[in-house]
Amino acid sequence: MPAASATAGPRIGQDEWVARSAERRGGRGGRWGVLEARLRVVPWWAWLILFVAVVAALPIGFESGYVRRVAFDTVIFMLLALGLNVVVGWGGLLDLGFVAFYGVGAYTYAVLSADRYDLHLPIFVSIPAAAVVGGIVGLLVGLPSRRLVGDYLAIVTLFFFQIFLTVSNNSESILGENVAGGPNGILNVQPLSLFGRELPVSHEGIFNVAYLYVALAFFVVVFVALRFVNASRTGRAWRSLREDALAAELMGMPVNWLKLTAFAFGAGVAALTGTLVTALNGSVFPQTFEFPLLITVYTMVILGGAGSQAGVVIGAIGISVLLEALREPGDSRFLFYALVLLGLAGTLKLSRKLALVLGGTLVLGFAAHALAGAIDGSWTAGAAQGGGRLGEWANEWVVVPGDIAGWVTPVAYIGLVSAVLTLTLLRGRTRLFLLVPTLYLAAFVWENVMLARPEPTRFVVLGAILIGVMVARPEGVLGEKRVEIV
Amino acid sequence: MDTFIQLTINGFTLGSVYALIALGYSLVYGILKLLNFAHGDVFMVGSFIGFGALQLLGGSTAPKVPTWLLLVLITLAAMAGCALLGVAIERFAYRPLRNAPRIAPLISALGVSFFLAYSMQLMFGSEQRDYDAFSLSGGALFFNGFDIGNVRVPLLRIVIVASAFALMIVLWLLVTRTRMGKAMRATSYDREAASMMGIDVDRVIVFAFVLGSALAGAAGVMFALRAPTDVAIGFLAGLKGFTAAVIGGIGSIPGAMAGGLILGFAEAFTQGYISTRWSDLLVFVILIVFMLFRPQGLFGKPDIKKV
Repeated sequence: MPAASATAGPRIGQDEWVARSAERRGGRGGRWGVLEARLRVVPWWAWLILFVAVVAALPIGFESGYVRRVAFDTVIFMLLALGLNVVVGWGGLLDLGFVAFYGVGAYTYAVLSADRYDLHLPIFVSIPAAAVVGGIVGLLVGLPSRRLVGDYLAIVTLFFFQIFLTVSNNSESILGENVAGGPNGILNVQPLSLFGRELPVSHEGIFNVAYLYVALAFFVVVFVALRFVNASRTGRAWRSLREDALAAELMGMPVNWLKLTAFAFGAGVAALTGTLVTALNGSVFPQTFEFPLLITVYTMVILGGAGSQAGVVIGAIGISVLLEALREPGDSRFLFYALVLLGLAGTLKLSRKLALVLGGTLVLGFAAHALAGAIDGSWTAGAAQGGGRLGEWANEWVVVPGDIAGWVTPVAYIGLVSAVLTLTLLRGRTRLFLLVPTLYLAAFVWENVMLARPEPTRFVVLGAILIGVMVARPEGVLGEKRVEIV
Repeated sequence: MDTFIQLTINGFTLGSVYALIALGYSLVYGILKLLNFAHGDVFMVGSFIGFGALQLLGGSTAPKVPTWLLLVLITLAAMAGCALLGVAIERFAYRPLRNAPRIAPLISALGVSFFLAYSMQLMFGSEQRDYDAFSLSGGALFFNGFDIGNVRVPLLRIVIVASAFALMIVLWLLVTRTRMGKAMRATSYDREAASMMGIDVDRVIVFAFVLGSALAGAAGVMFALRAPTDVAIGFLAGLKGFTAAVIGGIGSIPGAMAGGLILGFAEAFTQGYISTRWSDLLVFVILIVFMLFRPQGLFGKPDIKKV
């Protein structure tokens, strides 16, 4: 409990804690706070229109099918993040089966419109049906939660996720019947068709941009609908459930029913998203719905700020772009150096300290490079991954051995993790001093280890973001600060 | 009958490994009320440390030390490494969130689990590592043993089960007979009251992480002695360890042992008599049934809601 401030003493008849509540959950001070307050004046629908207009204009600026496909995937992630936000951000429930609902929607759509069962229902039936099936499965999975508090709910949903994976992976022989193809999935799913006209998945050889617009339309509908739900009686009840379930129950709220509806809403949105992806891919496989996808969506929601719709959308865009950039060594390198520089400038400001750290790191790098080259030419003989001008520069500065010894990778990586963790414990001059070798070690690891193996790197980065955000700023970028329950 | 005996042996080995993992969950949950999702990955790291130590000591075909010492050394290395890892996880990922809403440390734990699994993949790749336990002391550990009917019980299995139970007994003694154990029990009963009685709660929590992670490390080595290990085993093993803890009553030490054995037998018998592909499903069904009808588990006490 915060002590009474020096300026205003406690007054009779006014609760100190309540009076200061606005202060505790209020925005930041300083220039950022002013900017944030100014931006908040613009109504949400104006932001939404602006955002949709920008995304819709993307295909004009970018002709390549790759960019359009990434934009589509990002909108899909935004939808998933919006759905998870209902459960985690508003309901405060840890739903670890979220991706399974996405899968349920995808499979339902596939069953209703693939050649396998030859149903070929129109999308005005199959898409709502998939969303409803997802919502019902969500209700069913939530049912045990009536008796389960907090953590147990997380476990039941996690197990539901595992059950979904086991069943879908073994679905080529359930009681001897080939139900959904097992690991080979369901193929030949028909694409979306509007008023009898099929929407081809590729147009003139590249990704058909119509799918981006369909996804965007879904996004707008879901965003607005959820916004209204959140402003309704149910939405307020969800938030009170999140803040303190016991208090909410004592106020006469139907806690179990609220939990179930939150679950069903999240699951419904996930299932709806699943239909779109299946329609575009023309197939569905169990491998799509693995654990890493769950963590990806969680990272989006947590980074953006659980509870804030705009926040989770920003989180989804950020993480989606980050994951794409990490695929390609050149982009990955650029991102790394840019983020390190920005981070340094952000924490140290434009000061002499910043110049000292940067200069020290540069000098250390050239010295280490020269020394390593002088001892043994092969130590610096390696070529930077991906190349490019930045790559060439990095090659002059970072030691990249031609043939890296097996023990170097774990030693350097573990050393880097330990060094970063140690830095968080230190203060003042020692911290500044140790920052220099840590930065160089980070560059070394990035060039030699991370760039060589993009796949695990992407997920290591996600895990690190999840921990870092939770520890440093649990409310994320745009989330609302939670008031501590005493 | 022979199949039955064989499956019983398998169930016993598997069950004692699960019990060791379950104990780690139970210890941490009992004190922090935190589901340590990263525990399964600590177990995986343990099996890798054991593998590294084994290679340092010359591998299983040409070990530089006698076999018994080799087994002891790799287990100790894994236990020590995992204990260190557990302390680091607690210090950097959980301690800053001690007073945060309940959901925060859980999400952080998810992050740790993910970070550990993929860090290991980044460093060591996703190939399987085989302890090659078959060649230990010229295969004697595999072929010696005793017979029940037509089934040979290999010495190695006996060593695994016996050492798992020895570790559990040591833990039991630590918790019931020492000052630190008393402090742990007090903290798990009521953390605030314990700290008012002069117990250093932070130290107790660190100690719980040390114990739990060391047991997970030992379990990792035992697991890898019976089947090859890779960076992906942590997730499922963690889930099963957790299931074992819930079945037995989370927070209870004998419960974790019983739960581990039940789960081991259930898995072995489904694999033997029904099918290997559905055996995981059975585990989850058992868990959900337990959660619905006896959420406090076999040995636990019903949870009373405190206001």
